[in-house]
Amino acid sequence: MKALIVLLTALIVAVPASAQTFAITGGTVVIGDGSEPIPGGTVVVRDGRVVAAGANVAVPAGAQMLDATGQWVSPGIVGGFTRLGLVEVSAVAPTNDAAASESEFSAGLDIAPAVNPLSAAIATNRTGGVTRAVVAPRTSSTIFGGQGAIIDLGADMDAVMRPRAFQFVELGERGAARAGGSRSASYAMVRNALDQAQRYAANPNAYGGQTSDALLNRVDAAALVPVVQGRVPLIVHVEQARDILNVIGLRADYPRLELILVGVSEGWTVANEIAAAGVPVIASALNDLPEQFEQLAATQSNIGRMRAAGVQVAIGMIDDNDAHQIRYSAQYAGNLVALNNVPGATGLSWGEAFATISSYPAEIMGLGSEIGSLRPGRRADVVIWDGDPLEVTSNVDIMLIDGVQQPLTSRQTRLRDRYLSIEERQLPQAYEW
Amino acid sequence: MRKAAVLLAATLALFGCATTGGQSANSASAAEDRSAAGVFDPDPFPSTYRPYPGVPTVIRGATIYDGEGGQIDNGMVYFADGRVQAIGQSLEVPEGTTVIDGAGLWVTPGIIDIHSHLGNYPSPSVAAHQDGNEITGNNTANVWTEHSVWPQDPGFSRALANGGVTTLNILPGSANLFGGRSVTLRNVPSRTMQGMKFPDAPYGLKMACGENPKRVYGSRNQTPGSRMANVAVARQAWIDAQRYRDQWENYRENGGSPPARNLRHETLAGVLDGDILVHNHCYRADEMAIMIDMAEEFGYSIASFQHAVEAYKIPDLLREHGVCSAMWADWWGFKMEAYDTVFENIPMVHNGGACAIVHSDDDNQIQRLNQEAAKALADGRRAGIEISDAEAWQWLTINPARALGIADETGSLAAGKRADIVLWNGDPFSVYSRPQMVWIDGALLYDMTNPRLRPISDFELGQPGEGSVR
Repeated sequence: MKALIVLLTALIVAVPASAQTFAITGGTVVIGDGSEPIPGGTVVVRDGRVVAAGANVAVPAGAQMLDATGQWVSPGIVGGFTRLGLVEVSAVAPTNDAAASESEFSAGLDIAPAVNPLSAAIATNRTGGVTRAVVAPRTSSTIFGGQGAIIDLGADMDAVMRPRAFQFVELGERGAARAGGSRSASYAMVRNALDQAQRYAANPNAYGGQTSDALLNRVDAAALVPVVQGRVPLIVHVEQARDILNVIGLRADYPRLELILVGVSEGWTVANEIAAAGVPVIASALNDLPEQFEQLAATQSNIGRMRAAGVQVAIGMIDDNDAHQIRYSAQYAGNLVALNNVPGATGLSWGEAFATISSYPAEIMGLGSEIGSLRPGRRADVVIWDGDPLEVTSNVDIMLIDGVQQPLTSRQTRLRDRYLSIEERQLPQAYEW
Repeated sequence: MRKAAVLLAATLALFGCATTGGQSANSASAAEDRSAAGVFDPDPFPSTYRPYPGVPTVIRGATIYDGEGGQIDNGMVYFADGRVQAIGQSLEVPEGTTVIDGAGLWVTPGIIDIHSHLGNYPSPSVAAHQDGNEITGNNTANVWTEHSVWPQDPGFSRALANGGVTTLNILPGSANLFGGRSVTLRNVPSRTMQGMKFPDAPYGLKMACGENPKRVYGSRNQTPGSRMANVAVARQAWIDAQRYRDQWENYRENGGSPPARNLRHETLAGVLDGDILVHNHCYRADEMAIMIDMAEEFGYSIASFQHAVEAYKIPDLLREHGVCSAMWADWWGFKMEAYDTVFENIPMVHNGGACAIVHSDDDNQIQRLNQEAAKALADGRRAGIEISDAEAWQWLTINPARALGIADETGSLAAGKRADIVLWNGDPFSVYSRPQMVWIDGALLYDMTNPRLRPISDFELGQPGEGSVR
């Protein structure tokens, strides 16, 4: 116990209140834009925003100083595709708001009210360096899941940074199953929905869709209007080469669609086509098994090869502990760096690997000027680590979100502390809290 | 037996005399077993695995974790004839030995995953492949999961090349109180399950407590529908198995006509005889304590708790009863009994003097068990639990070997043991390190720098991405 108390005391460093100017000096600074880490760099924060970061950054007069010598300073991790905050315990239905299997609505569902800022998953992922996340609904009875959000992981009730930030749709094997059993059905369904949305947009009052047997009800049609008009991106889950090209092909008839692909295990086999189409990808990082027939070409080199072909790519967690383990993102990025030493494999540079979990997902979601990097003007989501943030043995020492220092405790750290010693005591553990 | 013999002959023809010694010894002991049993063959699906040929090899200049807690810096490992011959700071090796410069590299025993579903829940995970759990009754101790193992699961090759896994224990699922027998495999590509089967490894019995059995059967209005019925049904099964065992003992002592065989009872009786090891799926501390008492009631011991998410609450109990805990580094939140995870579970169990094991139960994480151990180790240190890297490597090799009853054969780099060895291209507790070479029984079965030494399963042949480094 003694060791722990000493350690915790050492970690509790008072970071100045957000209105002040302060400078973090001496640490290895990660900008998050794809550039390599900068030893002995400085990060200056004022009013919850980054003023400057890098080498040779002048510290403003009067700034409070925070010494990060021996530590790493980076932007917070941005979960590229998650269900964070929607689920407390996956198998306990009342605590799982990721999908709505009995709902009459689909595209019209808005996950914003389902996000629970106090969920254990948010606190736990905060301890792993995650500060923001793209949060998507899960589909259940049809191909559309609904409207997702961008959230922050701050310890307050104001989690949703951008509601209705995108629409989510399944168009691979799962989409085919949801639509009635084939890709013909899923494409008929998505095309009909987009057509109906256009009809709705042209004259909302004339649009029917009030009855339960309508092919697209009013709520869902209305939600798809900004999608078909290109004002809200459409995140499409696909894995297979055929499906990737089919989705890109939708733009022939719906030219304003802002497509983002997620999953994309076989992306490397059609990387040039994805790059030429300018469609960004939020890919699963380490899928290397043919878990489904749509993933036969899966390899850990997928992201590296897509990146090499010029695809804009971030790491996402779809269907991979996506409500609980967004903290794996850093480990996954580190594995992509390791691939560089494997002949025949394609990895990423360290700087690019970090960018796949910071600025790249932010930019794909249209938030690159706000979050995901320590470039000037960005929100001060700053993490100070006890080592290389992509290394599995590193941990978070200090976290700021919007310049505000965050607690790094959770149910899990409390349970750990309670049971670190199981020696005989005067009263049971239940009295220790 | 005939088919096995033909296969053996073919294998021998291919690989020559390197393997003949082991073969005749095994056949002889199998025959003795049968005559002891007198009535039935206790090993009707015998291992046909024989080590592949290797060359005498020495790795020198490497950092070595011996798997039993020891570390040798700038050390040497010499192996030949499929076995570790010597390990030390400086070794004399015969002329002609292949020398590998291990400067800047790490050498460890091959990783052992005590909880895998490769083969019985293979990729692709289509409905036709869901062979890992016989979800038709609360007690399926009669099933042997080796009969579900598909050797063409592409996952085996990933576990080898990316994970350095040389031995795995395939377990049946946890829907039943008694899920059936597990099987321990060498991670070698093979046309048959028997060609992977770890020679002379004891069988395991998968048991389960907690949510899964009561949910699966309770939802069908069958027993068990509650935790109390989980225990009641299991106890009755042990009582029945005791009677069955007594009948056979009586028959062996007094003759007469043999009792009717019952595969369910037979497996449980094997546990009571100490021949079959219990691997008990259990998450909660309070339920593990109940399982320990049930084992005492019927006179068997539990080799391992599987998952053991709350083992950190009872390391004293686990230590006293000599039960290993096979754990994830950090899985949590997927169901109620996995809500109290702490990321320090593994080091807290180790620190409490109990046996800790890192397991995967997953076809992805089996490729990174070294990283999972590293995460747990680092989290433990941050909480003030100082465990050395070499000590922590026990979680990946000797501890699972002990819980599987194969510690005399593998799990550490002791002279005489099988040469199951991984050469890592860096510190294996770093995210940036990968297996560079992997030997199983001294045969080089993976070499990162040699594209020909990368197995491709039948399933992947001729498919998109074939031959791509995975």
